Amino acid sequence: MLVKGSAMTINETQDKIVKEFEQFSEWEDKYKRIIELGRQLSAIDETYKTDKYKLNGCQSQVWINAKLEGDKIIFEADSDAAIVKGLIALLIKVYSNHTPDEILSSPPEFVKKIGIDNHLSLTRRNGLGAMLKQIQMYAAAFKAVIDKTK
Amino acid sequence: MITTIPEVKRKFDVEEIRNDFPILKRFVNGKQLVYLDNAATSQKPQAVIDALTQYYTFDNANIHRGLYFLSELATDQFETSRLKVKEFINALSASEIIFVRGTTEAINLVASSLCRAKHFKDGDEVIISSMEHHANIVPWQLMNDRKKIALKVIPITDEGELDLDAYEKLINEKTKLVSVVHISNALGTVNPVKKIIETAHARGVPVLLDGAQAIPHFKVDVQELDADFYAFSGHKAFGPTGIGVLYGKTEYLEMMPPYQGGGDMIRTVTFEKTTFDDLPRKFEAGTPNIAGGIGLGAAINYMNQFDRNDLAAHENYLLRYATEKLSQIEGLRIIGTAKEKASVISFVIEGIHPYDIGTIIDTDGIAIRTGHHCAQPIMQRYNLPATARASFAFYNTKEEIDKLVLGIHKVKKMFA
Repeated sequence: MLVKGSAMTINETQDKIVKEFEQFSEWEDKYKRIIELGRQLSAIDETYKTDKYKLNGCQSQVWINAKLEGDKIIFEADSDAAIVKGLIALLIKVYSNHTPDEILSSPPEFVKKIGIDNHLSLTRRNGLGAMLKQIQMYAAAFKAVIDKTK
Repeated sequence: MITTIPEVKRKFDVEEIRNDFPILKRFVNGKQLVYLDNAATSQKPQAVIDALTQYYTFDNANIHRGLYFLSELATDQFETSRLKVKEFINALSASEIIFVRGTTEAINLVASSLCRAKHFKDGDEVIISSMEHHANIVPWQLMNDRKKIALKVIPITDEGELDLDAYEKLINEKTKLVSVVHISNALGTVNPVKKIIETAHARGVPVLLDGAQAIPHFKVDVQELDADFYAFSGHKAFGPTGIGVLYGKTEYLEMMPPYQGGGDMIRTVTFEKTTFDDLPRKFEAGTPNIAGGIGLGAAINYMNQFDRNDLAAHENYLLRYATEKLSQIEGLRIIGTAKEKASVISFVIEGIHPYDIGTIIDTDGIAIRTGHHCAQPIMQRYNLPATARASFAFYNTKEEIDKLVLGIHKVKKMFA
């Protein structure tokens, strides 16, 4: 099943996430919420859990697929690590069901604001940074497709 | 009358020793650091930090070049470190000690220079094991554009021990080198390298040992082992990063051409032809890591204060204690249960990814390694994408292992 984002703009969703995470003062609570979000994420179609859709990370495996529905991109993704899966769920909340232009013009500011930017660092190599890049690459590729058909 | 004064060694007291390592006092995420990633790199005693500061503050000059006071001082300190390394691993001569960046560069040097010495021809074989670090796999594959070298791999048992019968069968007339790890970074297995060398030598095959994990744990005697090459890194043995050692028997180092060309390794240079300097300088092109070499000397001095058997005994105690405590955790499985093990414990927990374990216990200031440990083939052998790994040095304590165990219980609760 594909996961659709909300009807909010990307930045509205980011603000909502930042607000939600502001209530957690302890790391443990933050991670508990992230893990919960990962558990709520719909499972990716098993046919996409192959090397073709896999992003390489040293620490955990991440699979991602994207589809165009109308002028909006729907993302689905999965990871074998629960925390990474939760982080992915956040990215999907923010970016799924938006147009390529919206995605490309909205940097993931919530990542730093909720203090999970350490997961993007080079040393983590967890595929989250690769996933963000992949989301932007899908957006750029679908934008080209849309522009061609205009 | 000549009398030998018996050497008085410093008494081993873990609490006292911890004071020598300033980083162990720091806090991470509001908690006192529990550093259990010693197989990745070790922490540095104040004596090593002081040696680096002293060098850069008062003694910095290039070596082997100037005839002025500071250059001679720096040269003398750097070459004294080479002598210390020679004694530390009991090499026959200091000229058999090549300073390199680390184990990785040492193995690349041997691969490249043996290749250029025409030691290999197409179709020749190098025997490695299935528990090698990528640093002892990739350099041989990189030689493929020069010579087609086939890698033959010694299999391991489920416990993580080398299958020595299979090893003997792998040796044939095409075998030109055996290159194996002394202690596995991913499993902790201490390999029977003396026997491996005897078997290879009986067939006239030289042996390289990757000693990166062994040097910090116990005394290594290259002559007693009769190793032809021995490689290790300074930073895993309480010294600085960016300095390591390649030991090679003179007969091999003499027949091998230089690895890199440049300053400090030549005798005469014209545009037509260059002749090279003697060992070890033939292999040390350019300005070396002078501070690193001096720092490594300080690290060796630090280790030599103690009877190294005392340090090893404490590490063995930590290994046994941690093995016992971790084994009691439901769903936790230790990967690598060889009879001879160093203080390295790789483990997985049913239903919880190592990434999640590492991330959660980091919030309590506990540092362990998670991932494939740069040894993907061994992960494939156990059909695991990754493991969590705790590795102990002599400055670790029983209390720190208790904290690790508590941390794992917390992780399990979160994922229950």
